[in-house]
Amino acid sequence: MSMTEATDLADLPLDELIACPQCDALYRARMPAMGSRAVCKRCHTVLIAPKTNAYLHLIVLSLTVVVLMVGAVTFPFLGVNVAGFSNKASVVDTALTFMDGGWMVALSMFVVAFIILIPLFRALLVLYVVAPLTLGRRPFLGARRAFGWSEDLRPWSMAEIFIIGCAVALVKVADLAKVEFGPAFFMFAALVVITVLQDINMDRWSIWKALEETS
Amino acid sequence: MEGAGRDIVSARSEGLVACRRCTRVWPMGQRSCARCGAPLASRDWGSLQRVWAWLTVGIICYIPANLFPMLRTQVLFDESEDTIIQGAVELATHGNLAIAAIILIASVAIPVGKFIAIGYLAISVARPERLRPKQRHKLYHIVEFIGRWSMIDVFVVAILSALVQLNFAASIRPGPAAITFALSVIFTMFAAISFDPRMIWDNGGRGPHKS
Ligand SMILES: [Zn+2]
Ligand SMILES: [Zn+2]
Repeated sequence: MSMTEATDLADLPLDELIACPQCDALYRARMPAMGSRAVCKRCHTVLIAPKTNAYLHLIVLSLTVVVLMVGAVTFPFLGVNVAGFSNKASVVDTALTFMDGGWMVALSMFVVAFIILIPLFRALLVLYVVAPLTLGRRPFLGARRAFGWSEDLRPWSMAEIFIIGCAVALVKVADLAKVEFGPAFFMFAALVVITVLQDINMDRWSIWKALEETS
Repeated sequence: MEGAGRDIVSARSEGLVACRRCTRVWPMGQRSCARCGAPLASRDWGSLQRVWAWLTVGIICYIPANLFPMLRTQVLFDESEDTIIQGAVELATHGNLAIAAIILIASVAIPVGKFIAIGYLAISVARPERLRPKQRHKLYHIVEFIGRWSMIDVFVVAILSALVQLNFAASIRPGPAAITFALSVIFTMFAAISFDPRMIWDNGGRGPHKS
């Protein structure tokens, strides 16, 4: 970003400006060097953060998240046994545990959405949006709406909170029974790490700009 | 990011309305963002009413969440019901101090702190405020980032109930507090999302003028 006097900003075309979504500070949008970040001077929100091969990384990571999520809901997740009794629970069992009674069903729906459907849906949306951009093609139909949904759903994707919840639950259970980890546990943990890193690193501004210029 | 030299101008003061979803700016008066489709509002006064409404239902749901049991545990012929606080106290007496602290922080300190913080932020933008905008923005950022983590106790209950089903040896079932607690977290997340933090910075921290 260059030093620009306040009065100059008003003369620039609107698509050369960027406003901080958190504090409304207005800047002239200039791409910083690859790997560095343009940060709001007032509230320190990251505004632009270009990376080399960003789209390719996004695609590979989103695909990995989809594959891991499919694995995480199919394979055994956790098991316990004590005094000859044993029980296994999959991720879906865990989410549907509130199923057996009245209002609790609503809670099961929320949990399924927060830990399985929304993280999966967001990964698919990113694939849908970014795949054509990687190939230098025109975006698919509704790509802007899809990316908007992915952004709006961000706070409701709670896979990372769930995995910490697992850790807490297992400490509680450890007194009572012996715990076994299934492959789904490690798949879920891996997809949490990828999702969190992807959300931190994704340069939203570049994607919006690409969507605006090419469609 | 260097923008306007020392003096930062806002999109609003330049006669522009900014999109909070994709950071594009448009002439004042435009209704929706032509880039991402999000509705535009330079400063949304109705947002404060939504903040108060969501916050109120969030607080209302938090009361039964603490009165009713979160977990029903049965070990052999022993049955017990634990509210959030009782569960944490029991963990602490068994020596799991760290886990008890996590539960207390996620289920009590964060929700209550969040109610106070959101209420304070909503009041602060409607009247001249002493605390500097930078500090209030930091508070908003913390609320937005940490609020979701309260959901951890709901997930703990879900995992325990799914896992600990060992016939009469031991079983754990969710109590009614699980749903009201989850609703309280969801409603306060809506309250935080409804709040427009740009108002914190207007007129050097004195809030936007109603016009
Ligand atoms: Zn800012
Ligand atoms: Zn927009």
